[in-house]
Amino acid sequence: MDKLLNVSPSPHQQSPASTRKLMYGVVIALLPALAASVYYFGLGAIIVTLTSVLACVMVEYLIQKFVLKTKPSVSDGSAVVTGLLLAFNVPSNLPVYIVIIGAIVSIGIAKMTFGGLGNNPFNPALVGRVFLLISFPVRMTSWPVPSGFRTGYADAVTGATPLGILSEGIKNGEAVSSLMDKIPSHMQMFYGRMGGSMGEVAAAALILGGIFLLWRKIITWHIPVSVLVTVVIFTGILWLINPDKYADPVFHLLTGGLMLGAIFMATDYVTSPMTHKGMIIYGAGIGIITVLIRNWGAYPEGVSFAILIMNAFVPLLNMYVKPRRFGKEVKNG
Amino acid sequence: MFKTFPKGGIHPPENKLTADKAIEILPLPVQVVVPVSQHIGAPATPVVEKGASVRTGQLIAQAKGFVSVNIHSPVSGRVNKIEPVVDTSGYKQMAVVIDVEGDEWVETIDRSTTLVKEITLSREQIIERCQQCGLVGLGGATFPTHIKLTVPAGKKCDMVIINGVECEPYLTSDHRLMLEKGSEILVGASIIMKALGVEKAVVGIEGNKPDAISHLTGLAKDFKGITIQPLKVKYPQGGEKQLIKACTGREVPSGGLPLDVGVVVQNVGTAFAVYEAVQKNKPLIERVVTVTGKSVSKPGNFLVRIGTPVTDLIEAAGGMPSDTGKIVNGGPMMGKALAMTDIPVTKGTSGIIIFPEEISRRAEVMPCIRCGKCSSACAMGLEPWLISVLSEKAMFEKAEKEKITDCMECGACQYTCPAKRPLLDYIRLGKTTVIRMARERVTK
Repeated sequence: MDKLLNVSPSPHQQSPASTRKLMYGVVIALLPALAASVYYFGLGAIIVTLTSVLACVMVEYLIQKFVLKTKPSVSDGSAVVTGLLLAFNVPSNLPVYIVIIGAIVSIGIAKMTFGGLGNNPFNPALVGRVFLLISFPVRMTSWPVPSGFRTGYADAVTGATPLGILSEGIKNGEAVSSLMDKIPSHMQMFYGRMGGSMGEVAAAALILGGIFLLWRKIITWHIPVSVLVTVVIFTGILWLINPDKYADPVFHLLTGGLMLGAIFMATDYVTSPMTHKGMIIYGAGIGIITVLIRNWGAYPEGVSFAILIMNAFVPLLNMYVKPRRFGKEVKNG
Repeated sequence: MFKTFPKGGIHPPENKLTADKAIEILPLPVQVVVPVSQHIGAPATPVVEKGASVRTGQLIAQAKGFVSVNIHSPVSGRVNKIEPVVDTSGYKQMAVVIDVEGDEWVETIDRSTTLVKEITLSREQIIERCQQCGLVGLGGATFPTHIKLTVPAGKKCDMVIINGVECEPYLTSDHRLMLEKGSEILVGASIIMKALGVEKAVVGIEGNKPDAISHLTGLAKDFKGITIQPLKVKYPQGGEKQLIKACTGREVPSGGLPLDVGVVVQNVGTAFAVYEAVQKNKPLIERVVTVTGKSVSKPGNFLVRIGTPVTDLIEAAGGMPSDTGKIVNGGPMMGKALAMTDIPVTKGTSGIIIFPEEISRRAEVMPCIRCGKCSSACAMGLEPWLISVLSEKAMFEKAEKEKITDCMECGACQYTCPAKRPLLDYIRLGKTTVIRMARERVTK
């Protein structure tokens, strides 16, 4: 026998799935929403997205190369996903330097300080987004009004988001029904014709991406469905109690960052639970906290905070919510 | 209706390249190497001397105690030597080496192919015959059959499951056997039912073998109490606990055995061997082995005498491909990689799979991204990521609490891991350590 054989313990075959393929799958799923924001917000959306993605990848590369002195692993695609999601979570007219600060916080602080891919407890893009929201409150809440493709960037006409209009109006004692005239119709919101962060507006495009993620088995239904169902149930109850004070569930589904959060942010592998039972509890928690913040919080929108708060519970959920062990409690007829 | 087990499982590419290849009889080798330990339990004691002449089917090593079986000469010829040789485990084992001369069988063996349906032996005689004829589980675990057929006091058995699942990709030896020896397998199942004193047997077959399902369903009409259960294609359905759950809904308790829920599982190959032993008085001296692989020029299913070198099998399948990188004894999910081909086929060899170089190496390991796919894939409801890390960090007490010993090492977790983590390597380390710790606790 002149040929040396490879030996290793079983299994001797592996699935074609890889971290890289999963990450680029998420990128593909985000493309419809990216196309929608380019359509509504024009050049600004392109500048913000490119800046954010490049900055995230560069920050990760530089930290790995010069600070950690390890082999850079930016080709795994996780920094690209973080960059896209950060861009989706900011207004399309945000100055480039603020986007770069967001990328440094997302990757540098929220991801690399914890040890890089797989070790961060909080969703990096959301940490970056919340940091920017607190540091640049005005810049982060002046939303360009969608107006078809245009080349205006920093000087875009801005307006409030539907949630902002609602929250402001209710504070002034106006009834929800009278406020609805100032807000785009549900159908317009479904297609994304409203103010908001550049990637969150088009529910239709986000749902399309979500279907792709489910079809490619990149995510399971548990987190998005439990988030959305919880929001519908909670806001539905409030709406039935007093439709003048609380908006209807469909309004809540289509506005703000709920679709983006439920489909793309809450489902981040690293910062979500690992069992299906845990995922449902985690999703329900996000839904409840979102509705609490939207109705009684200081901010009109709370999806980012809700996800970050539930991220903190993930280690607990992983420790206490276990899959049912085979043969543990035996029920034999 | 197609049934399956409820939780976990994966669906790797089936690659059943040899499903339509009829079983070929492999020509006799010039020399056989017959290890005296081809089963779980005590090695048998050689009862022939160097230079002795033996006939096909003659006893050459006597079972040592209850958890052991006899070993017979698979060929006729002269004993060349009795010395340790490397077997499929990679370790040296005592073996009887026989130079082949002709093919002269012991007269008491009925070599005709006529089907004998009537079972004349009593329960006790059947069980005794199984040990005498050297019968072990042919699915790969090689557990002595007579022990499985002996129901200990206090336990009750009410049904037999015949395992025709063959959920491992590539392997087709059970599939071919079901197609070509269907009646014999069903008689074998009836014998097993008689030995256990049960009225019911279910043959579980996965839906990717529709010909075997329809063939056996047709034959089963003539057998009392035997039904065929089609199953959804899902790995690891051939695992005893998963198969029992799929066929009956009963769940073997953690740490328990199939008998705890009144079931005994036997492989279709074993059922055939039981038929031959009981009805034809033929000891276990040959078995069907699938030789396959994407680069193999003439893959096939071969009826091989025990002790034949793997090299001969590879030659029969068209020789070793030039791009060979790894040779696996058994299935791709649970089989063992061979370091050399100059080792004998034993009772547990169900297949020889030849992998090309480019898929014979593991992919680069990436950090765990906590996707939870391993937990979803685990049919035992374990959390492979967790018990693997606990073992890696030598936290064995915690791993024991997380039920690491329930792992059957099916490899579904490692197969599905997108970060290509060596989950099962660490779980095996943890499992053997935990079992050793538990033993030490008992002896203290």
